Amino acid sequence: MSDLTLDETVLADSAPLPPAGLRHPRLPRWAPAALAVGAIVVAAAIGLAAGLGNKVQWGLIAGVLFMAALYGVTAFVEGRRQAKDRLATSLVWACFLLAVVPLVSLIWETVDRGTKVLDGRFLSHSMAGVLTIGPGGGVYHAIIGTLEQVGLATAIAAPIGLLTAVYLVEYGRGRLAKAVTFFVDVMTGIPSIVAGLFILSFWIIMLDFGYSGFAGSMALAILMMPVVVRSTEEMLKLVPNELREASLALGVPKWRTILKVVLPTAIGGIATGVMLAVARIAGETAPIVLLVFGSQVINTDPFNGAQSSLPYYIYEQWAAGNAASYDRAWAAALVLIAFVMILNLVARGIARWKAPKSGR
Amino acid sequence: MDDMDISPENPAPPLAPEPAENTGNAKGTTRIGDRIFLGLSRGSGVLLLAIMAAIAVFLTVRAASAISKDHGNFLTTFEWNANADQPVFGIAVLAFGTVVSSLIAMLIAVPVAIGIALFITHYAPRRLAAPLSYVIDLLAAVPSIVYGLWGALFLVPHLTGLYTWLDSYFGWTGVLAYHGGAARSLFTIGILLAIMILPIVTSVSREVFRQVPRMHEEAALALGATRWEVIRMSVLPFGRSGVISASMLGLGRALGETMAVATVLSPSFLISRSLLDPGGGTFAQNIASSFKESGDLGKDALIASGLVLFVLTLLVNGAARLIIARRKEYTA
Amino acid sequence: MAKRIDVSGLSAYYGSHKAIDDISMTVEPRSVTAFIGPSGCGKSTFLRTLNRMHEVTPGGRVEGKVLLDEENLYGTGVDPVSVRRVVGMVFQRPNPFPTMSIYDNVAAGIRLNGGRVRKSELDGIVEKSLKGANLWNEVKDRLDKPGAGLSGGQQQRLCIARAIAVEPQVLLMDEPCSALDPISTLAIEDLIGELKERFTIVIVTHNMQQAARVSDRTAFFNLAGVGQPGKLIEIDDTERIFSNPSVQATEDYISGRFG
Repeated sequence: MSDLTLDETVLADSAPLPPAGLRHPRLPRWAPAALAVGAIVVAAAIGLAAGLGNKVQWGLIAGVLFMAALYGVTAFVEGRRQAKDRLATSLVWACFLLAVVPLVSLIWETVDRGTKVLDGRFLSHSMAGVLTIGPGGGVYHAIIGTLEQVGLATAIAAPIGLLTAVYLVEYGRGRLAKAVTFFVDVMTGIPSIVAGLFILSFWIIMLDFGYSGFAGSMALAILMMPVVVRSTEEMLKLVPNELREASLALGVPKWRTILKVVLPTAIGGIATGVMLAVARIAGETAPIVLLVFGSQVINTDPFNGAQSSLPYYIYEQWAAGNAASYDRAWAAALVLIAFVMILNLVARGIARWKAPKSGR
Repeated sequence: MDDMDISPENPAPPLAPEPAENTGNAKGTTRIGDRIFLGLSRGSGVLLLAIMAAIAVFLTVRAASAISKDHGNFLTTFEWNANADQPVFGIAVLAFGTVVSSLIAMLIAVPVAIGIALFITHYAPRRLAAPLSYVIDLLAAVPSIVYGLWGALFLVPHLTGLYTWLDSYFGWTGVLAYHGGAARSLFTIGILLAIMILPIVTSVSREVFRQVPRMHEEAALALGATRWEVIRMSVLPFGRSGVISASMLGLGRALGETMAVATVLSPSFLISRSLLDPGGGTFAQNIASSFKESGDLGKDALIASGLVLFVLTLLVNGAARLIIARRKEYTA
Repeated sequence: MAKRIDVSGLSAYYGSHKAIDDISMTVEPRSVTAFIGPSGCGKSTFLRTLNRMHEVTPGGRVEGKVLLDEENLYGTGVDPVSVRRVVGMVFQRPNPFPTMSIYDNVAAGIRLNGGRVRKSELDGIVEKSLKGANLWNEVKDRLDKPGAGLSGGQQQRLCIARAIAVEPQVLLMDEPCSALDPISTLAIEDLIGELKERFTIVIVTHNMQQAARVSDRTAFFNLAGVGQPGKLIEIDDTERIFSNPSVQATEDYISGRFG
C-alpha cells in the first residue's frame, strides 16, 4: 500500500498534466453572439472610414475579425484547446455559408431572370423566323429535341446497362466480370465532350451519316450506361440472397428467378437510378454541339437533320449576346432546371416510397 | 441404358450432373431460357467493353492522321491553325489552361467541401443536416450549361471588384496582376469549376465521414477530447483516403468540363503571365468553341486534343478508383 | 487519486423515451462495483451518465446529480470534456485508434491534455501505463506498430492502458470482456483486481460469475417491461447479493429463474 502511494506521489510530481479540475473558466453562452455583433460593428466602421463600397468586403472583414477575436478571447479565458475547437467550429460554419452563397445565387438568378419571358407562348413556339437580336420566339423545338434525344438515349442505354448489371451481380465471376466492373468505373469518368468526339469520328466521319438527334443520343447513351449499371448493381446487391435461393429451391430456373423475383424486388431502386441518369444527361450540351448541330426550327425527326435541345438552346442564345437572347437563355435554363429537378424529386420519391417495403 | 450409365469408360463427370438438373419436362426450355438470358446479359457487358475499346481506337486513328499532318509540334506549339494551308497546332496552351484551372478549382473546393461534409456529419443541428445533404445532392444535378450561363452573366461582372483588390495588393507578383476588362480568365474558370465540383466532393466525403465507426469517436471523447480533437484524432485519419479519392473524382470532372468553360472563358492561344487576365483555353472548351469553324483536318486535330483529355481523365479517375479499392481492403 | 461517486435522483432520456429512472447510489473509492441486470435495463446508459458520455448520443439528456467527491458533474460551469478526462472509460469492443501506433495510442490522452511533454517523460508514462495494463512484455519490442494489429484481448488491454495513462480518478468499463475469449477475459479480470488499488472502478457485465469474481459491490438493475425505464433494484456487497439478496427479483435473476 505504501509502495503504491509513493508511486503515485512520484507520478503526481512528474505528471505533465494540468491539475484535473472539473470546472474551468468558461465563456458565457452569449459571448460568441456578442463578439459577432462587435465584429460587424467594427467592420462597418472600418468600411465606412476606408470608403469601401462593396458590402462583401464588409462581410469578409467582419468574418475575419470575429474569428480572430473569438480565438483570442477563448484562448485567454478557456485555454488554447477550447480556442482551437471554437475556431474549427466557426471555420466549418464559414465553409457552409461560403458554399451556400453561390448556390443560392445561382438558383435565385435563374428564377428571377428566367421568369421574365417564360410563358405559354415561349413554351409553344420555336425560333423559326425570329431574329436573335429581337424579342419573341421560344423553346418548343428545343424541348422536342431534348425529349427525343434523351428518350432515344434511354432506350439504348437502359436495357444494356440493366443487363450488364444483371450479368455482374447474378452471373459475374472471373476475368470478364472484373474487366467489365473496372471499365464501367472508367466509363463513368469519360468527359461528355470525349463521348461526342467518339461518335463524331465513328458515325459522322467514318460512316458518313449527317448530323442528327440520333447521333447525339448515342453519345448521351455512352454517358448514361455506366450510371445505370452502377445504380442497378447497387440495387440488385440489396436483394437478399434468401429470396433467390427460395425461388431456385422451388425448381424455378435461374433466368425466371431473376426476371420474376430479383428484378421486381429491386424495381423501385432501378427506376430511381435510371431517372437520375436521365436527369444527368438531359443537361449535357457538349455532345449536342458536336453531333446535333442545332436548329432554329422544329424538326420532329431525330434521325434526319439537325435538331436543337434545351441545353444547346441556352448556349446558342448566350452566344448571340444581346439582351433579348439573354432573356431567352435564362428562361430556357429555368425550364431545364425545372425538368431536371422534377426528374430528381420524382426519382427520389420513388426510392423513398419503395424503400420501406423492402426494408420491412 | 442402365449399362451405359454404369460403364466405366463413360465420361461420367460431364454427364452425371445433367440428369440431376433435368427436373420434369421443362428440361429443354429451361436450358434455352437460361442460355439466352446469360447470353444477353454477358453480351451487354461485352458491348460495354467494346464501346470503350472503340472510343480508344477511333480517337487514336483520327488523332494519328491529324498529328501526321501537323507542321508544328503537337505538344509544344502555342498555336491552333489547323485550317491553314500549312496546318500548325499544338496543345501546350490547352494543357496549361486545363491543368491550372482545375488545380485552382481543387484548391478552393476541397477544403470547403471537407468543411461542409464535417458540418453535415458533425456540426449541423440534426434538423438541418438531412435537408442540407439532400440539397447538396440536388445541386450536383444542375446542368453545367446553367452554371456556365450564371458564370458568364452574373459571376464575371461581380469578380472585377475582387480582381482589382487582388491586383492592388498582389499585382507585383505578376501572377495576380489584373489589367481591367471582363474577368473572363482562367482564375474565374477555377472559381466556377470549384462551385461545380463542390457537390460531388462534398457528398463523397460526407459518406466517408459518416462511415467512421462510432466507437473510434467515443474512444477520443472518453479521453477528454474536444469536438475538433475528436475529428482530428478519429474522423480525419479514417476518412483521409476517401477524401483523396473524392477529390480525384472532382478533379476528373473539372478537367473534362466543357460548356461552363466555353461560356465563361475568353480564349486565346497565349499563356498570360497573370491568372486574372483573360486568355488561355482548355481542351474541352477549345473543342466546343472551335468545332463549327473547323474543316476536316481541323476536326481531326480537335479529336487529337480530345484524346489527350481522355487519357488525362482516365489516369485521374483510375487513380481515384485504385485508392477507393485499397481503402476497401484496409477497412474490411 | 480515487474518488467516491454519489448519485442522487438520476434519470436519463433518449429524446422523449426515459431509459433509466431516478437512480441513487454510492460508489466507494478503490473498489470494484459491478452493474448487472437483463439486457435493456439501462445499466450501460447509467454508466455513460457517469462521465457525461450519454449526452453525445443524439437526443441524450440527463436529469439529477452525480457528485464526484462533493462536486456535481452536471453542475453549471462544468465542462464535459474535463469530466471525461477525470473519469476514464473502456468500451465493450476494443477501440484503439486504427491509424495510430501502440505508443501513440497510449500517449493520445496525454498529448491531448498535456501541452508540452518531454519525450523521456512521455516514454516513462507509456511504459508505466502498459505495465499497469499487463501488456508491456508483449508489446515492448513493437511499440511503433499499429495498435489494430494486436489480438482482441491485447487491444482491450491497450485501451485500458490508454485510459489509465491520463491518471483518471474513476475507470468505467462497459462489458469490457464481452468480445473476448476466456483466456483474454481472465487476463482482464486479473488486471481489474490490480487496478482497483489505484482507481475507483465501475464495471457493467452480462456475466454474473464475472461480477462475483471481480467486484466488491454489485448493483442489480431491472425494468418493469418493454418500453419502461430501467431502475436500480438494489446495491450491496457482492457476497450478500449472490448469497442472500434482500429483494426477490435479484434472487430470481441470479438463480436464473428469470428471462
